[in-house]
Amino acid sequence: MDLTFTEEETALRAEARAWLHAHVPADPLPSLETEEGFAAHRAWEAELAGDRWSVVNWPREYGGRGASLIQWLLFEEEYYAAGAPGRVGQNGIHLLAPTLFDYGTEEQRARVLPPMASGEVVWAQAWSEPEAGSDLASLRSRATRTRGGWLLSGQKTWSSRAAFADRAFGLFRSEPDTEKPYQGLTYLMFDLHAPGVTVRPIRRLDAKPAFAELFLDEVFVPDEDMIGEPGQGWRIAMSTAGNERGLMLRSPGRFLASAERLRRLWAEKGSPESTKAHVADALIGARAYQLFTYAAASRFLDGERIGPESSLNKVFWSQYDIALHETALDLLGEEGELADTDWAERYVFALAGPIYAGTNEIQRDIIAERLLGLPKGRR
Amino acid sequence: MRFLLDIEQRAFRDSLDAMLGAADTPAVVRDWSRGEHARGRALWGRIAEAGVFGLAVPEAYGGFGLRPVELALAFVELGRHAVPGPLVETVTAAVLLMEPKELVSGETMATVAYGSPYALDGDAATVRLTLTPDGLFRSPGHGPVRPSIDPARRLTALEKGELLTSAPPIERALALARLTTAAQALGVGLTLLDKTVAHVKQRTQFGAPIGSFQAVKHQLADAKIALEFARPLVLGAALTLAPEDIAAAKVAACEAAYATARTALQLHGAIGYTAECDLSLWLTKARALRTAWGGPDECRAVVLSGGDRRW
Repeated sequence: MDLTFTEEETALRAEARAWLHAHVPADPLPSLETEEGFAAHRAWEAELAGDRWSVVNWPREYGGRGASLIQWLLFEEEYYAAGAPGRVGQNGIHLLAPTLFDYGTEEQRARVLPPMASGEVVWAQAWSEPEAGSDLASLRSRATRTRGGWLLSGQKTWSSRAAFADRAFGLFRSEPDTEKPYQGLTYLMFDLHAPGVTVRPIRRLDAKPAFAELFLDEVFVPDEDMIGEPGQGWRIAMSTAGNERGLMLRSPGRFLASAERLRRLWAEKGSPESTKAHVADALIGARAYQLFTYAAASRFLDGERIGPESSLNKVFWSQYDIALHETALDLLGEEGELADTDWAERYVFALAGPIYAGTNEIQRDIIAERLLGLPKGRR
Repeated sequence: MRFLLDIEQRAFRDSLDAMLGAADTPAVVRDWSRGEHARGRALWGRIAEAGVFGLAVPEAYGGFGLRPVELALAFVELGRHAVPGPLVETVTAAVLLMEPKELVSGETMATVAYGSPYALDGDAATVRLTLTPDGLFRSPGHGPVRPSIDPARRLTALEKGELLTSAPPIERALALARLTTAAQALGVGLTLLDKTVAHVKQRTQFGAPIGSFQAVKHQLADAKIALEFARPLVLGAALTLAPEDIAAAKVAACEAAYATARTALQLHGAIGYTAECDLSLWLTKARALRTAWGGPDECRAVVLSGGDRRW
């Protein structure tokens, strides 16, 4: 057991630190949930990709550096410590890409991944539907066989980034009369600008269009945009859901950086005793999450798959994120009400954490039933 | 970087677990709480034989050199099995004393008072130390026993007594005291969770095991989350021995154990509120360990005292 990094591991850290120091914009970019901000973030993704910093753990042929999982974690620590912008491409990079690496064809990887890495194509997630949120298996939008592909019809909702994104990925019911609701689903990628797609942006609490509703009317998707086999969508999607809850979408780097920022804010405000415990707990929580992730990464490198343990992650970071940002707003006092600050933007974002990626209620059920062995019962 | 226990560490932990599991520790604890130390001393000898007290002592004095990860693992097990006695204090004394051979072998039990008028189990210990900024003192005797909120922890006042040294390795001793207390608390929390999970699976109300009710499940899920995120802090602190890491581990492990104790009591209901139920042996310890060797406020101050980007 050790916490010392190899020379190879730390070399990437040092290189990233130097690059970020030279390139991170001095002023924060406008919110990526606005049209202007989305464009600015796209440009930042392109700058990252130009020097292969967009997707360091991908193979070189798709724009990465072939970095190890540990190096990726160290890169993320540097990235957020440098105050670099949030990633507008993260839905694609952390949710779709791992799925393509596991289940996609070589052709799909070569076609989809490089423009994803560069921000040229930004992806939205199209999973939830009006009647299928945490009970995702009950989704109803259809994929019907047609010559050379599929026709998609139905409605998706809460589709993050879809107001400004280019393409989307989601699950569709291709076999209507299956025994179990999670059978007969097919995983498809589609163009948000294709004929038959209507995008209706939905404003979140702070009035920014952070997600959208998608209305699909006989939208044609060619066979080449199906991931895996027809009817196997659920199994494939669940591997992505594990990524969402677990390691990839929420690396410890951002929480370490947020906790450090909070500590500095606390010091600037005269280290008030009233928030001392909350600030200390933010630092402790970030360290706990970092070490928990190092342990998970070590197990992963030993060949273990991370299963229901990712539910521990999800509840932990989503609650942590809110507590940290509440403390920041308390420290800011009346300024904390101003909506156009980084703190406020991050606070509003954090509020969604316990809701998306499978609500925390569902995650607690998974922990209780699958990690503690408690009997299934009434929900 | 490989932040995982190796095979030897797992084997050491498992053998200690097996030994303690066969020792009927609840009976030992109940004797100890009445001031009857015979069975506790016998168990103490076996813990020493397993090598626990040598994990912070140089080989020249019969120890294994400083093995903080193994020390932490051992104390998780001691906490899991609710072993009574001045365990943390004996390790601390072994760091402080020039000649700790008898502590390593388990012949002698030690206690240490630091920043408190009370030392744990001064009536059972034969080496009674007081640690102050002025040095390390050895007390010839002890005052009357006062009960702790944990009946298995018997508190005794010490006089300062004879000065042993004016320059003891105070920082290292306090670091290990705090680390082993954190590890012990984590172990206490883990058992509280295990026992409560077992209870809610078999306890039936309204025609179903209460563990099938979501309100019950979610409380236990929260306990599981708190403990599983405290565990890497304890092991990480053992690796770095950095004061802020140790302080973070102490806060997280003790808060997780205490929160789990509250949940355990709630879900056991009135049965858990009795001293007859073995659960009480862990419930009360979770509270007592929270303030031992640096309470939450003191530890949080240490976490905040570091400079930029420690982690």
